[in-house]
Amino acid sequence: MADVASRPEGHVDGPPPDDGGGRRPGELGVRELGRWTWRQVTSMRTALVLLLLLALAAIPGSVIPQENVDSLEVSRWKADHPSLTPVYERLGLFSVYDSPWFSAIYILLMVSLVGCIVPRTFVYARALRAQPPATPRNLARLPDHTSYTTDLEPDAVLARAREVLGKRRYRLRVAEPDGPGADSVSAEKGFVREAGNLLFHVSVIVVLVGFAIGGLFGYQGGVIVLVNGQPFTNTAASYDDLDPGSLFGADDFDPFSFRVDDFDLEWLTEGSGAGTARKFEAQIAYRENPGDEEKSYDLRVNHPLSIGDTDVFLIGHGYAPVITVRDGNGDIAYSGPTVFLPTDPSFQSLGVVKAPSARPQQIGLEGILYPTYFFVDGNPTTQFPALGRPLISMLAWTGDLGLDSGVPQSVYVLDTETATPLEDADGKQVRVDLFEGETEQLPGGLGSVTFEGVQPWVRVQISQTPGKEIALLGVVLALIGLLGSLYVRPRRVWVRARRVDGDHGSGTMVEVALLDRSGGADLTTVLDDLVADLTSAPTAPAKETS
Amino acid sequence: MTDTAWETLSNQAIGAAGIVYFLALLVTLAEWAALRQVGVAETTAARQQGGGVALAVRTGDDGEAEARERRSAFLGRLGTILTVIACTAHGVSLVGRGMAADPNRVPWGNMYEFVVSGTFVVTLIYLVLLRRYALQWMAPIVLAFVTATLMVAVIWLHAEVAPLTEALNSYWLVIHVVSAVIATGAFTVGGILSAVYLVKLRRGGDAAARPGSRVPSLAVLDRTAYRVHAFAFPVWTFAVLITGPIWAHEAWSRYWNWDPKEVWAFITWVVYAAYLHARATAGWKGRNAAILALVGVATLWFNFIGINYFSTSSMHSYAGGAETTSLVVRAEPAPLDAGTP
Ligand code: HEM
Repeated sequence: MADVASRPEGHVDGPPPDDGGGRRPGELGVRELGRWTWRQVTSMRTALVLLLLLALAAIPGSVIPQENVDSLEVSRWKADHPSLTPVYERLGLFSVYDSPWFSAIYILLMVSLVGCIVPRTFVYARALRAQPPATPRNLARLPDHTSYTTDLEPDAVLARAREVLGKRRYRLRVAEPDGPGADSVSAEKGFVREAGNLLFHVSVIVVLVGFAIGGLFGYQGGVIVLVNGQPFTNTAASYDDLDPGSLFGADDFDPFSFRVDDFDLEWLTEGSGAGTARKFEAQIAYRENPGDEEKSYDLRVNHPLSIGDTDVFLIGHGYAPVITVRDGNGDIAYSGPTVFLPTDPSFQSLGVVKAPSARPQQIGLEGILYPTYFFVDGNPTTQFPALGRPLISMLAWTGDLGLDSGVPQSVYVLDTETATPLEDADGKQVRVDLFEGETEQLPGGLGSVTFEGVQPWVRVQISQTPGKEIALLGVVLALIGLLGSLYVRPRRVWVRARRVDGDHGSGTMVEVALLDRSGGADLTTVLDDLVADLTSAPTAPAKETS
Repeated sequence: MTDTAWETLSNQAIGAAGIVYFLALLVTLAEWAALRQVGVAETTAARQQGGGVALAVRTGDDGEAEARERRSAFLGRLGTILTVIACTAHGVSLVGRGMAADPNRVPWGNMYEFVVSGTFVVTLIYLVLLRRYALQWMAPIVLAFVTATLMVAVIWLHAEVAPLTEALNSYWLVIHVVSAVIATGAFTVGGILSAVYLVKLRRGGDAAARPGSRVPSLAVLDRTAYRVHAFAFPVWTFAVLITGPIWAHEAWSRYWNWDPKEVWAFITWVVYAAYLHARATAGWKGRNAAILALVGVATLWFNFIGINYFSTSSMHSYAGGAETTSLVVRAEPAPLDAGTP
């Protein structure tokens, strides 16, 4: 079996191959060592161990929060585990899938893979041109064999065998009328299996390349856009969060812009799904380039908008109460829609207002929006996620809001380190509770707060994922290769016919042996079928052949 | 029929299926017991024959053994019929779930439906392969597994019919989940075969097999397990590496995001790739390969059920009540430093 040697070290394939010539001890030169190492790296056993290692190495990333999946959760985790954090950081456990050790495993696996498939491809190319192997001397030693006697001449039997096997798409070894193989037929089929296997393994590399291109040249960003608010222009500065690949440059942003004109959704008011929404639909007006004509698109969940190389996805929505803060002088210190973030499915949302320009004192507000407010059992709650009776309930702060310190701050967090609670006459912190349209005066002549209305917002995810087509092509090819590799059965068949002159008269003794190199088949029925075909009447007279 | 009527039908059907599965389990267990007696009778008969003892005794025994054999064959057939009935009810229950939702949908919006679908496929695959691979012997194991898992689903995981979250409303999801459930069912059947293989190996292999035992030889077990896995692996590949990413790309803009569910689907895939390798690697065939198959099935079911209790950040949030939240912002914008105050 010529191609057994082509298989990686440690590969078993039908009957185990003999250990191809052992090394003599004490003969490990540098080259030998190199070759030995290479053989180890590209051996089946190494591939197997690396696969298992890869599986093992992937586990921590599913348990420990990951930077690029949920960075908020990561910071929360870090705050909760101050002593473990430095260790975890050093080990790259917050970003397992880019960590050196994870990369090392899959790069080694790829090296092993290349080292494995390149030689195999050459051998396969040679095997395609080679003839089926000569018939082994002793067919009875193969695990699946049978024999019978017939009155037909050996030549007739062999001719019949050629016909039957040919019809079953076996490749036949060229007959040697006078050689040692003259008394037998050797046939082989199932070459597609190895081709499928090679295709599969090559495709694994293709997928990885596609994936890597996406990671290096693509980016992911998210932004909250107010409905009927400012248009979004696609530059780095416009994003709330941005995760660019290391080779993604600022010039690579597609120069589009869009506006969200309207956002519709349908709240379910009854049934077990009450309180959930569906049919989210954001009407978008966009320009591909600054001077272009404006186009419109209905952005829906699962229906992204593609502009150039960029895809825009609708992934969330929420409310932005329009709040106006007047200061002690009666001037407007803050006014506008303020994005509140939903904290749970009831759309009770959290938000912050900062008015550092208010005089005589800065004013800060931090609190909750209840879309449909009711006071139930002593608790303020929202009865429904839609805007029924919106109420904002916010605690007031004053003093230094920490905005002048130069340290960047989140717009969703009020820095209460240096700020002081604004207190009423009883020394309790002031809470501003406002329904839509209401205004409340702050004590001490500091000013007033007005809740003007609510503007919805949508959150869109914007991304460029170059290489995704390559990755997709790769997995599809891998699947095709896999099907060939798993379901095509490489088989060899030998039929030998010899005259025997025994005690019970003479006849032709026919031996049939079958070898399935995939090891996954039940060969007895195949053998029986074959023999049944062989023994049915031949269609051509024996003389016509050879 | 109204939605509530469909839901009631679904609940009744699953109850009926559970009961019939249990009956089938009892019947096949009785069949097993009967078979063991046959085995014992046969060996004694054989021994007596070898010793050349009186003919009369033997014929008497033969008659009895034959009756036992007939009885066990009858029980076997009865068990299969009951399994078919239960499987049908099981299927009806799934259809009922789908019809009960408004709008009608595929019945895998939550854990309960997922588990009910998964076990349905386990039974279905068992029934489909029953003849082909002579799997009758594994009936009690399959039935015990399905009955127990269904019980867990009905008691702990049951949820009312609810409409699908918008993100789940995609035909890619339908293809994705159908293939994932089929692969899960097949991997489970394969895992059972590998487990039996290991048990048999430990007990001394073919040589030590109890007389009359219908558990096939190690070689046949290994081969059948391989075939079932070889069917499941490409289906799983299709589910998690093709349709899953396509859907994720449509819904969340990332085709692969190392979300815990994805991580575990990947782990499962890699472990099964290792299993297929192991079958072709010297020193790993047989026992180690079978162990890998079990590791694979463990990661699979962990991902199916377990991961939902470990991770909060999974976007595959059909576990528990999280369904409704998937359109709430998932990663809050963290432009500067939105860490905990
Ligand atoms: C990225 C890592 C790899 C993956 C995911 C992978 C996956 C697979 C899968 C799923 C099969 C099953 C197909 C079949 O049974 O025919 C397979 C078979 C095979 N793999 Fe890999 N493989 C990887 C790396 C390697 C490496 C590095 C080698 C070389 C040592 C290798 C050599 C083989 C061989 C020889 C077979 C055929 C086994 C047989 O004859 O049944 N693979 N591989």
